[in-house]
Amino acid sequence: METTSEQVGAAGGNGPSLTREQFLSAYHDMLLIRRFEEKAGQLYGMGLIGGFCHLYIGQEAVVVGLQMCLKDGDKLITSYRDHGQMLVAGMTPRGVMAELTGRATGYSHGKGGSMHMFSREKNFYGGHGIVGAQVALGIGLAFANKYRGTDEVAVAYFGDGAAGQGQVYESFNLAALHKLPCIFVIENNKYGMGTAIERASASHDLYKNGEPWGIPGQQVDGMDVAAVHAAAAEAVAHCRAGKGPYILEMMTYRYRGHSMSDPAKYRTREEVDQVRKTRDPIEHVKHILLDAGVEEATLKAMETEIKAVVNDSAEFAQTSPEPDPSELYTDVVLEA
Amino acid sequence: MATEILMPALSPTMTEGKIARWLKKEGDMIAAGDVLAEIETDKATMEIEAIEEGILGRVLIGEGVEGVAVNTPIAIVVEDGEAVPDSVASQPAAPAPQTATAPQTPASTPASPVLDAAPEPEREWGETREITVREALRDAMAAELRRDEDVFLLGEEVADYQGAYKISQGLLQEFGPKRVLDMPITEHGFTGMAVGAALTGLKPIVEFMTMNFAMQAIDHIINSAAKTLYMSGGQMGCPIVFRGPNGAAARVGAQHSQCYASWYGHVPGLKVVAPWSAADAKGLLRAAIRDPNPVIVLENEILYGQKFPCPVDEDFILPIGKAKIERAGTDVTIVAFSIAVGTALDAAAELAKQGIEAEVINLRSIRPLDTATIINSVKKTSRLVTVEEGWPFAGIGAEVAMQVIEHAFDWLDAPPVRVAGEDVPMPFAANLEKLALPQPEHVVKAVRSLI
Repeated sequence: METTSEQVGAAGGNGPSLTREQFLSAYHDMLLIRRFEEKAGQLYGMGLIGGFCHLYIGQEAVVVGLQMCLKDGDKLITSYRDHGQMLVAGMTPRGVMAELTGRATGYSHGKGGSMHMFSREKNFYGGHGIVGAQVALGIGLAFANKYRGTDEVAVAYFGDGAAGQGQVYESFNLAALHKLPCIFVIENNKYGMGTAIERASASHDLYKNGEPWGIPGQQVDGMDVAAVHAAAAEAVAHCRAGKGPYILEMMTYRYRGHSMSDPAKYRTREEVDQVRKTRDPIEHVKHILLDAGVEEATLKAMETEIKAVVNDSAEFAQTSPEPDPSELYTDVVLEA
Repeated sequence: MATEILMPALSPTMTEGKIARWLKKEGDMIAAGDVLAEIETDKATMEIEAIEEGILGRVLIGEGVEGVAVNTPIAIVVEDGEAVPDSVASQPAAPAPQTATAPQTPASTPASPVLDAAPEPEREWGETREITVREALRDAMAAELRRDEDVFLLGEEVADYQGAYKISQGLLQEFGPKRVLDMPITEHGFTGMAVGAALTGLKPIVEFMTMNFAMQAIDHIINSAAKTLYMSGGQMGCPIVFRGPNGAAARVGAQHSQCYASWYGHVPGLKVVAPWSAADAKGLLRAAIRDPNPVIVLENEILYGQKFPCPVDEDFILPIGKAKIERAGTDVTIVAFSIAVGTALDAAAELAKQGIEAEVINLRSIRPLDTATIINSVKKTSRLVTVEEGWPFAGIGAEVAMQVIEHAFDWLDAPPVRVAGEDVPMPFAANLEKLALPQPEHVVKAVRSLI
């Protein structure tokens, strides 16, 4: 079997580390996601965001480390926990926050909401609310890359919960069969909604789940952006070289509930606190930067700038108009 | 600066909650992420966390208080060394969001087409040749595969096998394996893949060996293909065709004999066509492939081998959304689609012998429905009979009849009548199967009941 499933990236990682500039950039991007999500949580609490809202807090290193290995034209798709992906894809905090609040200035003119946002320009293909659907759609993005003869890759993000869906395995087979340039990123945050992975899956090593199809997989410390980056670099190189799909199982953790209405009875407060204290991806990078001689003031200035951007997005979202009633009937079908 | 902690909305439906317990007391230092209190909501007991660090300056609403409205201040957080401002406790409840709210008067529904406009006459395409529906479908795909490099065909047995029903005969040989792809028996997966490719602008034709198997993939057809344009605010269309034989074939039993016209016809964002003749098949499939939206093409296995005259003009194409009057008449309007058009025409021939002139409308398109053509006809004939092989309940006949009731009630001389498949799973026995499907005599009987 060609499969080379392996575990890497625990404490310190084994890939090439990042440069100081890369760590700074990663710190910025992770902090932007964290502060943006905290603000989204606040706006939800104030009743300005309705319906579902799934926060990405805790998992920031995954999308940031991945994105550092991608180039223009590479395509992204994910589940409903999508705010982090959108921000690293270059979508504006204003446009995303305005969509969260259902305003005309949002990416979907207020018709998509938290779970359904897209950007053709930034190659972000959603934002999907049916668990696992984005995996089959994701191999379609990879199929399109191959059909058009480019070396672009597609990244399909999904959680440990989605890893149980039948279409995920149909997608593994199709991607391997047609050597599609698709990176399957399993964000294993330990819980599919409120059900622990051990109670949902007889296979606990999800990175091995592509082995029957010869898909190489790695289990990676998803709280360590350098480890994520190192593994992603290998996966991207594999896909660009036309060798077919690749699986990255990112061991990560969400600090907040599955959605906003999560009773948090399925895990202990201590478990959450322990992860926050010992494995926080942002604190981790902050220590690396301080050890490398970056001034505390530099980081503080960055944080101040991010807070301003996030506050601006919230202000923009709250003061933008709701969609015009005529929007109800637009974008149902395109004129033939 | 002192900040208020507001009663949060902790679920989509929560309007008020109960402060079950305070986990911090006045004067406590708090860090971001610390649990401040437990709130009982309509769904569960949940914790609220501090967002910023500070000191819990004052608890405004104590433990056990019920019915605390969302956005009511429940506590004050101050910075180290800062006093709780006196004015705070008496402040009114949280300000309403400063929204430039758009006027909420409902916009007028643009759903109904203009009904009184005289239907445009069908374009004349000149010389025709007799071909089978099977050949028409293949010719349509071949023509569009030649015309547009972004078009490709995928499905089970479409390439090497040449099509389970030989619809794709010769296409692999002409277009090669990049554009004519055999798929494993994994409808859910390959349909999702095709939809994903379509979201990037490619134009897949997905052949289902039968539409029954598309139920495995219906989530992608509806949730991923039909809704994405809307959910993306118009950014991301999905130019894709889902096609295959629909409805009853012959003696294939309940799981292989079902009509999906009303299932797909129900869904905004989809177009649905159901060809009867070879010309319908060729013209509608070409239009479906060129259409920038997801289009369902409901074919019929029994019709595949039947011959009809079809225009030879290389540019021949039909518009989606236009019905065809197959037979003009003055006494009753019979509306049908797919194989039931033949049933209706046979019935009309029999009725003519009895001195009744039926007008037979071939819908061609289920969604959008050509309501104008139906209404214009009923205003002339004052009677309506619908014919379909699918089940009657919430079927296409029900929709057609309701459109007529809404738009031409005063012209009706009798209640509309539906002729449909029997309301049972399809039986296997030859005699029972025949009893389950509409026959011309059923249509004749229905018409006679109106006149």
